[in-house]
Amino acid sequence: MAKRIEASNVTAYYGAFKAIENINLTVEPKTVTALIGPSGCGKSTFLRSINRMHEVLPGARVEGSLTIDDQDIYDRDVDVTAVRRMIGMVFQRPNPFPTMSIFENVVAGLRLNGVRRKSILDEAAERALRSANLWDEVKDRLGKPGAGLSGGQQQRLCIARTIAVEPQVVLMDEPCSALDPISTLAIEDLMFQLKDKFTIIIVTHNMQQAARVSDRTAFFSIEKTGDPGRLIEYDNTQKIFSNPGVKKTEDYITGRFG
Amino acid sequence: MGETPHRSAHAGTGGTRVTEGHDRPAGASVRPAEAPVSTRTPGGAGLGGGGGLPRARAFGAERAFRALTLAAGTAVLVIIAAIAVFLVAKAVPALRANTENFWTFEGWFPNDAEPKFGIGALAFGTVLSSALALLIAVPVALGIALYLSHYAPRRLGTALGFLIDLLAAVPSVVFGLWGRDVFINPVRDFSAWLNTYFGWIPIFGGDGPFGKSIMLGALVLAIMVLPIITSLSREVFTQTPTANEEAALALGATRWEMIRTAVLPYGRPGIVAAVMLGLGRALGETIALAMTLGITFNISFNLIESGGNTIAANIANTFGEANDTGRGALIASGLVLFAITLIVNITARAIIHRRREFTESAA
Repeated sequence: MAKRIEASNVTAYYGAFKAIENINLTVEPKTVTALIGPSGCGKSTFLRSINRMHEVLPGARVEGSLTIDDQDIYDRDVDVTAVRRMIGMVFQRPNPFPTMSIFENVVAGLRLNGVRRKSILDEAAERALRSANLWDEVKDRLGKPGAGLSGGQQQRLCIARTIAVEPQVVLMDEPCSALDPISTLAIEDLMFQLKDKFTIIIVTHNMQQAARVSDRTAFFSIEKTGDPGRLIEYDNTQKIFSNPGVKKTEDYITGRFG
Repeated sequence: MGETPHRSAHAGTGGTRVTEGHDRPAGASVRPAEAPVSTRTPGGAGLGGGGGLPRARAFGAERAFRALTLAAGTAVLVIIAAIAVFLVAKAVPALRANTENFWTFEGWFPNDAEPKFGIGALAFGTVLSSALALLIAVPVALGIALYLSHYAPRRLGTALGFLIDLLAAVPSVVFGLWGRDVFINPVRDFSAWLNTYFGWIPIFGGDGPFGKSIMLGALVLAIMVLPIITSLSREVFTQTPTANEEAALALGATRWEMIRTAVLPYGRPGIVAAVMLGLGRALGETIALAMTLGITFNISFNLIESGGNTIAANIANTFGEANDTGRGALIASGLVLFAITLIVNITARAIIHRRREFTESAA
């Protein structure tokens, strides 16, 4: 259920603009890895290139190689939809499908995969909602619109939707930045449970959050505006936050810049 | 607030510059002008520590604008009522003079000494030609709209969108001329072909002549409503939140699956509205159909034989030589057309309304 991700020399562009340059890092299975760094340093871009969502934007492209258990996801023969099914993504703002009920939202991915049997969908929906710690709150109103939930519930609904298709990896792009502290705590608790099954990579602006939830932390930064983002330091979270190896990392986590 | 007249009198009395408008409800515009004066007599104990509150103007841009909008709103009601009264007053005598059943008689001879006319065939022709036109136009229009919003390169999309809007600007009489002089030839050939090979299906049956048929009228209508439906639904499709499109893609959807999961459900009320607008235009279309239909007065599902007529086309064709009763009969047919359009619009609203719970929380 979880796989190793290896990025080597990943460089991503928006048109002519180089957003990240030569990122090399390895993410171990069943861990939580946090990507931190100042705004515009390319951590979200890197995250989006892991499930090939970067190239959805017009003019965007990725160079270098990204392998999942030794399979290059940017290989010419690879089906991009299969990559995205294997590597799920949770976005910054909760984005349940507004026209769908809670139930339909959770099983949307399964329906895309051609699952039609009601019993299978029911079972998968309950399992995903339980994993997302949302089942007890919504089990009596599965037919109600997903957009009617609170922000925190919506984000957990989106997590349920993502894990319902049983991906290997779950990417989270600042999943708590639009949420209040209590909802944030619920999502963080959830991450602890989810890492038993999935490899999780999370982009966050909240350094306490990175320290709380992650096993490994990658610090990205840029020299100045317009320069590509680079990976400055990548190590165990404890080490990064207690004894970083690079001066720039220390400056960032102690709040001296960024 | 330097423009209020009372300010200078109380210039030194206090800094409270609260406008008087706040202590009355926003809707209460009619207010006796002299009432507040007593509370703010110069020198008296006013509200703001010295009676320094400026007085509301008895007449200003605010009230003028309110009166203007009220007048505009009332005018609509007055005009509608006037039209309704006129239509009914003219229609009733003609309907009384009718010697046949207005709903079932297939024919239109209101100018005879014994007036005979019936709306059935016309109403049937109106609904049939419009429904057929939509059946042809909607899939094409939605296809074009989706191509423009989600597949075409941006530049091509803009150019094509402009062309489509241009199509909407062509006057209907031009469509009519083109339909009866040019487009009729391929349609006639196609009709003959359909008749030869599919003549066993009643709608393609008969033995001619072909040409100025419901098929031709509906095809011309379809081209005329195409731009409305296309540009409206394209507008709706481009408004789909990027977040929802990305959510679908991130679940492993192909582009078409993304459109089915995120774009079409989101745009559904808009699509319904666009189709209904197109239907409204098709039902009311007059001159193009008057020129392309065969003008007969019988109820028939045959699509390719010369024939067909609609309420609006019949009004255009026969109004010129109508006498008093004839005009009354045409006005009565206009009322029926109005009723059909009303029913269509109410149905559309009901469809949009039904899943309100879902569409509203989307906003």
